[in-house]
Amino acid sequence: MSGTYAYYPGCSGLGTSVEYDLSTRAICRELGIELVDIPDWSCCGSTPAHTVDHTLSCALSARNIFQAESLDVDGIITPCPSCLTNLKTASHRMQNDAFKARVERLLDGPVENRLPIMSVLQVLFETIGPAAIAEKVTEPLTGLRLAPYYGCIMNRPPEIMDFDDCENPVAMDELMTALGADVAPFPLKVECCGASFGVARKDMVMKLSGRLLDLAEDVSAHAMVTACPLCQMNLDLRQKQINSAHKAKHRMPVFYYTQLIGKALGMGEESLMLDKLIVPPSVAFRKMDEVRRSAS
Amino acid sequence: MKIGVFVCHCGSNIAGTVDVATVAAEAQKMPDVAFASDTMYACSEPGQEGIIEAIKEHGLDGVVVASCTPRMHEPTFRKAVERAGLNRYMFEMANIREHVSWIGKDTEANTRKAIDLVSMAAAKLSRNKSLTPKKFDINKRVMIIGGGVAGIQAALDCADGGLEVVLVEKTSSIGGKMSKLDKTFPTIDCSSCILGPKMVDISQHPNITLYASTEVIGVTGYVGNFTVDLNRKTSYVDWEACTGCGLCMEKCPSKKTHDTFNEGVGTTTAINIPFPQAIPKKASINADSCIKLTKGKCGVCEKICPTQAIRFEQTDETVVESVGAVVVATGYDLFDYTRYGEYGGGRYTDVITSLQYERLLSASGPTGGHIKRPSDGKEPQNIVFIQCVGSRDKSVGRPYCSGFCCMYTAKQAILTKDHLPESQSYVFYMDIRAPGKQYDEFTRRAMEEYETKYVRGRVSMIYPKGDRYVVRGADTLMGSAVEIEADLVVLAVGAEAAQGAPQLAEKLRISYDSFGFYMESHPKLRPVETNTAGVYLAGACQGPKDIPSSVGQGSAAAAKVLSLFSKDQLESDPQISEVDIKRCIGCGKCIETCPFGAIEEIDFRGQPKANVIETICQGCGICTSTCPQGAIQLQHFTDNQILAEVNALCQQSMQQNYE
Amino acid sequence: MNTVSLKDSCDDAFIAEVEQESEQKVNTCYQCGNCTAGCPYSSFYDYPVSQIMRLLQAGQKETILSSHSLWLCATCESCTTRCPNEIDVARIMDVLRHMARRAGYAPERAVKTFWDSFLDSVEKHGRVFEMGLVARYIAKTGRVLTDADLGVDMLPKGKLSFKPHPIVGKESVAKIFKRYNEERES
Repeated sequence: MSGTYAYYPGCSGLGTSVEYDLSTRAICRELGIELVDIPDWSCCGSTPAHTVDHTLSCALSARNIFQAESLDVDGIITPCPSCLTNLKTASHRMQNDAFKARVERLLDGPVENRLPIMSVLQVLFETIGPAAIAEKVTEPLTGLRLAPYYGCIMNRPPEIMDFDDCENPVAMDELMTALGADVAPFPLKVECCGASFGVARKDMVMKLSGRLLDLAEDVSAHAMVTACPLCQMNLDLRQKQINSAHKAKHRMPVFYYTQLIGKALGMGEESLMLDKLIVPPSVAFRKMDEVRRSAS
Repeated sequence: MKIGVFVCHCGSNIAGTVDVATVAAEAQKMPDVAFASDTMYACSEPGQEGIIEAIKEHGLDGVVVASCTPRMHEPTFRKAVERAGLNRYMFEMANIREHVSWIGKDTEANTRKAIDLVSMAAAKLSRNKSLTPKKFDINKRVMIIGGGVAGIQAALDCADGGLEVVLVEKTSSIGGKMSKLDKTFPTIDCSSCILGPKMVDISQHPNITLYASTEVIGVTGYVGNFTVDLNRKTSYVDWEACTGCGLCMEKCPSKKTHDTFNEGVGTTTAINIPFPQAIPKKASINADSCIKLTKGKCGVCEKICPTQAIRFEQTDETVVESVGAVVVATGYDLFDYTRYGEYGGGRYTDVITSLQYERLLSASGPTGGHIKRPSDGKEPQNIVFIQCVGSRDKSVGRPYCSGFCCMYTAKQAILTKDHLPESQSYVFYMDIRAPGKQYDEFTRRAMEEYETKYVRGRVSMIYPKGDRYVVRGADTLMGSAVEIEADLVVLAVGAEAAQGAPQLAEKLRISYDSFGFYMESHPKLRPVETNTAGVYLAGACQGPKDIPSSVGQGSAAAAKVLSLFSKDQLESDPQISEVDIKRCIGCGKCIETCPFGAIEEIDFRGQPKANVIETICQGCGICTSTCPQGAIQLQHFTDNQILAEVNALCQQSMQQNYE
Repeated sequence: MNTVSLKDSCDDAFIAEVEQESEQKVNTCYQCGNCTAGCPYSSFYDYPVSQIMRLLQAGQKETILSSHSLWLCATCESCTTRCPNEIDVARIMDVLRHMARRAGYAPERAVKTFWDSFLDSVEKHGRVFEMGLVARYIAKTGRVLTDADLGVDMLPKGKLSFKPHPIVGKESVAKIFKRYNEERES
């Protein structure tokens, strides 16, 4: 067992990023990380809550921290960076007693605020480590050229997120390399994709995510790999919209890193849900096979 | 004892909030006080004459002046009482200005406090002893640590002034950072052309002994009598035999040595002379990359050297030099730009530092003065200069301005246009600092005559795109984010303290600030002195500065040394510790706690005792408070003298409380 | 641009309020433009973020609170991460956005509506019901074709559920909103 954690799936894990939630659970099981769902977890408020008020937004997160405190766990982990930043910011700001009191006035009761909060990526990278994962690889991703994209808030600001380098994070790079993949240097690793503006200001997502897809092409990536449901949605689900807006012809699959880990560990489709991706993964795997053929 | 008390009005400065007449009247009643009066300006000529007359008229043997802070006029009044025939240490000051009248306007409270301070001073004075300074010989030789332009100037001025000079340089050649520059602002003089003759003067001056590839290991002693241990690092070459012909460099097969002189642009041979104008012009072997020293093979240089100067068995050598003064001129280093992850963190080959670019510009540099991109050797079209990299930046612990980067960036932009007329240079700046003579005109030249585009705003991020780099900056005057595709990016890195500066400071027992720059005695009035007698500062080790300022400080430090050596003997301050041998039990605690190493253990009739080395003791008093027996006492601040002050104060309060 | 009367138009109380809520000192900013340079949304803003900071230093309350920029900030933290004076610029933008909302400004109506619809969904079910959110957004903005093209891709893959996922404790979530609103009114 490599630890027991309270798991906060996040709202999109029930819908638009169901494959991320499932593949996360599957590989955690496989790698010995025990996940206990936070009982009756509620929405952290994501972006909208913090644009309205910080006490409200922290209270929405704090309720989940409170729910988790009833469990016997090593910490709280979540796959979604937006949920992560809300939970961590709430925990960080509640170190100030006056603010904590204001938050608790909105809740049913006091919060201990003692559990460490991390991303699933951090636990995989620090507790398990790329070397241990490499040993369990049965289907290496040799020949698959990936552009790793972390998204803007996973590692920023460094004082709160406290994991990996904030300009050039390498956790995902090293995990993918451990799987045998060819990781391309991707200079816009932490550049925002357009976030939640897809519905109300689609033009912004078109420009920002479009730029990321262009760069992935420039570095000859077969696919992008990401750790954020919103980034994945903007790049994958909206790829057709981007192509249309920019008269481009991108066919760039966008994987969740957990799906690729699962694939390399030889896990089956039910655990990975690769078929949920909009741009078909086969586009990338064909290119991977070509590289393997020309290498041999 | 007959004490005279003089309470100063200081015009209305003191008299405005202190009833000075009452203070004088109360002083008259104090024990041992034979005379008390108030005076308008005690420090003025009539004021001082008044004190001297009173001493003579009333036969006073001690004087208390209640006036300003001793830091202001203690020396003044001490000289006055000396003129009246008293020992200058039979004098005490009560600070009733900075400590009383300048604090508040409550006249009654101020007057009471002034009376207390005067009674404390009188009580101490009645316990004072006459003290006489001792004289000691001085060694009129000076050591200059650091062979950059500041050290070179100091060395030449001292040597021309008739002193014997020992110049110690850490690297294998003198010249410092200035020798790495191509041209200098604002005249665009060739750096080695103006520095070269001075460097040759050093090597030829009969009064100067030059140790290159040498570091200071330890310093003991005190002003006038320092002993410095030096480590002459082995170069594996006999510098007596080496003629600097350079044949060894031509034939050496190990060509991948990190080229320190060229800031890592390109590589050099394991045996090398750093640059053509090096002084001393002698070869050195880098042991880590020499095939003979690491693997036992090769040895080509040994075979072809025309004077058989190669010595593979040579080892480091310790040399001891005795000097009377030390000038520290150890210079600076440049900020490690790889800390800026947003600029690539060192991963992008064509993002280089200003000093690396300087080497590209230099005709004696690795590209023969042709500006080429390090990645592919092509000539760059768009060159972007970014100012304030590691300066004015709290987030990397460098809040200060380095002072010369705006100037050198303008210089580099001008030179770039000369080298590559078809190129376009951009400079991202926050402010332009150009305070010296012809400096602002120079930066304007870069903008007006040399078509450099200056953009006011920082650069947030650089990232590669194809074989170029996208530079994302801001033009705050235009109010917009801006982007340029650059072929080469030059970072104007800021200055920081030289590597090893704090360690050297500790050997010399001088202070340094939180950035590692050495601390001067007073930032305005004493910029080249330290608080350690006999140790002076010159150049960028005291703070980032340009060449004229460094040269100026080199000469200033030399002037200080020459004035120190103008007498044959120096006087030591008698306000130092003294051991009462009868009370000393030889426990050695004072020896351990003395921060200056001024106390030694001696044998006194077969018993260990402490002995104060008078010339080193700085009079801090730590030993006095450490000694369990009260055997070691700081003269003029003995336990009994201080207790007399305490008794005077507390007894008065006790009386008041009981009334 | 009109001449700004520095003394008369500078709202010191506004500056103090922003400093208190954001826990940042506005005078620390030396207007280097690093934030604007790295902001991915600069091209969409009416005032680039460093200018918002300058307007804040000059106490220009109305200009700031009525700007579009505040609503287009994604809190991506590029500015905060790179500010040489260690100012949490993203937090200041969020605080200004709070104040703009409270003062009744919403120049980016669609953005506000989206966020409001999201929070309504959370208040009602305890978790976001994505279909409900979009439906509400469309109802309020009248933009009936919003992402209609995406439904074609999402539905067959089961990425959109037609039913919300209410939680057992949805009352306690609703109470958070209720208490928040009550506190604001008082």
